[in-house]
Order: sequence, then structure tokens, then C-alpha cells
Amino acid sequence: MSNYYQPEVETASYEEIRALQDERLVKQVKHVWENVPYYRKKMEAKGVTPEDIKGVDDLHKLPFITKDDLREAYPYGLLGADLSKCVRIQSTSGTTGKRVVAFYTKEDVDLWEDCCARALVAVGATNEDVCQVAYGYGLFTGGAGLHGGSHKVGSLTLPMSSGNTDRQLQFMTDLGSTILCCTPSYAAYLSESIHERGLRDQIKLKAGIFGAEAWSENMRRDIENGLGIKAYDIYGLTEISGPGVAFECEEQTGMHINEDHFIPEIINPDTEEVLPIGSKGELVFTCITKEAFPLLRYRTRDICVLSREKCSCGRTLIKMSKPMGRSDDMLIVKGVNVFPSQIETVLLEQGYPPNYQIIVDRVNNSDTLEVLVEMTPELFSDNLGDITTMEKELVSALKTMLGIYAKVKLVAPKTIARSEGKAVRIIDKRKI
Amino acid sequence: MAVNQISVFLENRNGQLAEITGLLAENKINLRAISIAETADYGVLRIIADDSEKAKNALLQNGNIIKVNPVTVVAVPDKPAGLSELLNMLAKSDVSIEYMYSLFTHQNDKAYMVFRVTDYDNFIKLLSKHGLTPIHSAELGLK
Ligand SMILES: [Zn+2]
Repeated sequence: MSNYYQPEVETASYEEIRALQDERLVKQVKHVWENVPYYRKKMEAKGVTPEDIKGVDDLHKLPFITKDDLREAYPYGLLGADLSKCVRIQSTSGTTGKRVVAFYTKEDVDLWEDCCARALVAVGATNEDVCQVAYGYGLFTGGAGLHGGSHKVGSLTLPMSSGNTDRQLQFMTDLGSTILCCTPSYAAYLSESIHERGLRDQIKLKAGIFGAEAWSENMRRDIENGLGIKAYDIYGLTEISGPGVAFECEEQTGMHINEDHFIPEIINPDTEEVLPIGSKGELVFTCITKEAFPLLRYRTRDICVLSREKCSCGRTLIKMSKPMGRSDDMLIVKGVNVFPSQIETVLLEQGYPPNYQIIVDRVNNSDTLEVLVEMTPELFSDNLGDITTMEKELVSALKTMLGIYAKVKLVAPKTIARSEGKAVRIIDKRKI
Repeated sequence: MAVNQISVFLENRNGQLAEITGLLAENKINLRAISIAETADYGVLRIIADDSEKAKNALLQNGNIIKVNPVTVVAVPDKPAGLSELLNMLAKSDVSIEYMYSLFTHQNDKAYMVFRVTDYDNFIKLLSKHGLTPIHSAELGLK
């Protein structure tokens, strides 16, 4: 049943991909050297010239680009093409203040949309499908990326943007949407709303692509059961292009990286040493086809594992695991690393909705961790003792998972905002 | 035969109780009993309303998390030791009380107590042994 958007790449042999990468990398390093003085200085500081880079084997010689570089070079410092050739920006609010602004030439947009089209075809999209894009439109890459991909595939594209649930559900039922693209938290919210309104029989969805947020396997199951679909992950970041850097296939065991455009590496985040495939570490990307924002060895801060194991879908593109945590999201509480995804896993296992908020504070020089969880009709009891018992079980399960105590606070339903774009999962009140 | 009780999830937030009683008042629903059990962070409000169906719908529409379940109302002699005799009897049995509270109404020298117990059938047997019977909704004028 497998379908590919660009089979010549998606099912190419390793040797073919590698040859393509070698050729493109050499060309790209030269392009950056000539057009991005900021990076050229970094290369000179390391004593590297384009002549030293003869292929992927030499990639490790190049300097890294970090979020700090993006901040320092903001807004035009990493631009690799003349502005007259640039046709678009996309932007994301950095978790640490300054925005990231990424530039695109026509060709960059075209290649990015190809990547999204590969993702859509991998989940079964054809020109017969109705693709509801409920990611935010605008500066956020989610809407633009999947919208462009859906056009390329030829699906009927519903440019819904995020929010306005009434309108989402009206179009979904009236036009018979078959593919839904949005954040996983919004998918869960739509699923709940569909059940509340008794619309389950009127939904024709068969698959969904849900990215831009961390989500667990439990949440996948909830969404799949709730909407009666297959739910697929997609990976991307504005700095590298947007969604579609990697995408899930029918096997749902990791995301194929579009490595004809983006070369992945895994490094030890502390020593910056490159680790062999199969090791867990920080994901680093080198863009080998992008013109306007050609980041080389960009440190994503995402922790994951790469795999070249044969995939049943027939794609030969290397796979990355779901990020196990993002150093940006990673909280250090009482000296312990806490990932929101760990908390989400516990909540779902204990029957709580996957909607939560983590509040970290510092009281009397000691960190406090509080998890806000929404009460549901199923969990509620007229007997206070039942609720406190349940709460104690949750506290104890969280302690087992995280290794530290987290206070649980039960709140009324829909208290935690989530209908617009990304849900606010973490509030760090510590002033350090 | 049993009386419907509505429990409402309360967040520890100023004014939430007033909001709920206000909502019920707006809908012309009379409360016949109220009890609150709470921790520092959340609580359970239990009410007996004169029209439980109407109260249930108003609360659901307001987005509250609620639960409707039957409780037993017993008329206890309104005199010193009236309640303690009943509680003593329960203490000697296998039936334990999960919670109890009283109705606002007093009638015919009786006080009405609301009970939620672990073993309903045994509770009824014990009551009848002592000449007591559960009160029907209709007797209290409840819908
Ligand atoms: Zn695959």
C-alpha cells in the first residue's frame, strides 16, 4: 500500500543518498563561506576552509551554530541569499526571548513544501483527499508548511488555521475532511469536542499529522481512538525550514529524515563529540539545499536516537526517534532533569486527560514543582476520600517517574488554555 | 425511594461557591441541604435540590463537573440523643458511614439526616429493626 511522493529519493540506496549528500554539502559550504560572513568567521576561527570539506566524512570539522548565534546574528546575520531573491520569512518565538526569523527563497519554499508533501503522502494523502490544516497560519511554520504540502499533493486544502472550534467542526463535517493537520493538543481537544457534541458519526477523518509539540504514545492512542484515525508525528523546526524535516510512515516507529536536504548528526551535548548511529544524544542538522537560511551543524537541543534499520514502508531514509526531551523544555528542578513528556505519560497511564501545566517556583531557596491537572467527570467522586486517594496515587506515580516530589493540583475542566497553537505547558516562576 | 444528591467539584477559588448558589438561584432552584468536604486545594460540594434534574442541567451547562447519586434520608427524633442512638447502632454493625449531613427541614419533632453508607441493604435492615425507614423524595417535596 506504500506510496511515495518522491520515490527516487525516498527509496534510494544508502550509497545514492550519500553521494548526493557529499556533493550538496561541498557546494553548500562554499555557498555559506561566500555569502555568510558570520559563519565564515566561525570557520576561520576554527581554521577550516571550504577546501577541507570534501564530503560528509568531513562534516565534523565545521563549527556548530547554536540558538545563541541566532540571537547574536538577528535578524540578517545568517542570511545566505540576496534579499531580492528572498520571498518569505517565518518566525517562532524563542523560549528565551528573542524571536527566530528564518528566510526563504522561492526554491527554499518549494523544497520545504516537497518535504511536507512526502509526509502527507506517507500517511495516505492523495488528490482525492480533503486536508484540514488547523495549525496556526502566519509566522508559525505549521500552517504554511502543511498547506503548501497539501497543495503539492493535490488534496483539497482547508486553510482553517487554529482555534474557532465551532467552525473547525462545521467544515470537518460539511466538507468531509479526511486528513487533519494540527498540534496534538488541539487534536485531543477537537476529539473531545466531537464527542461532547455527538458528531462522531459525521466525521470522515482517516489520518492526522500532529506535530510542533511533544506528545506521548498514550496520547497517540487517545487521539486515534477518539477520532477513529491513524495519528502520525511530524518533526521540524523553523530554523531548519519547518515541519517536514522528518515524518512518520505507516510503521509509526520513528520519523524518516529528509536527508537529501538535511544531514543529521547526534552529538554529546556536553562534549560536542559526534556519536555513532544508535546513540542517544542531541540532534544536529546541516541544511544542504537551502539558500536563504543555510544553517550548518545547527544544534536543535532535541535529544533523540537515529536508526538505519530497514523500514517496512520501503523508505530508506534514516529514522529519528521521537525527541525524548528538549533541552529548552527540560527543567532542572532540585538538580533533577524533568521533561514534560514524562509527566504526560504518567497522567495518561493514570487516566487523566493529557492536558496539564507545570509550574516551577522557588520558595525559601528550594525549588517547588506543581502539576495542574484537569478533573474529569469520570474521575470525580462524591466522596472526597476517593479523590484524595487518587491524587496520592498520582503523586506517587510522578515521584517514581521523576525521582522528585511534585505537588498535584486538580483544577476545573478547560482551565488550562490549549485551543490556540501550542499549549502553555510550563510556567517557570523562578528568578535566577 | 432514595433521594438524589448532586456533588459538584470545587476548585479552591474565591467566590466559586457563591457562583454555584447564584446559578441555582437564577434557575429558581431551592436547596434543601448543603454540605462541603474539602482539602486545602479542592473540595466536593453536595447538595439536595428541590428539582434535581433542573439543578443537574444548569450545572452541566455551566461546565461544572458533577455527579448525581442516590443517598438515604432518615428522620431522626429531634431530641437529645436522637442521633447518637442511631450512630451507636451503626457503630456496632458492619455498615460504615462515608459521610452524613442534615437537611434544613425539621418536621414533626424529627430532624432529617442524609446518609451515604458503605452497605446500603444492611443499613436499611438496621434502620427497620429500630423502627426507622428511609424517607421518600416525595415526602420531602423533592422532584
Ligand atoms: Zn518507514
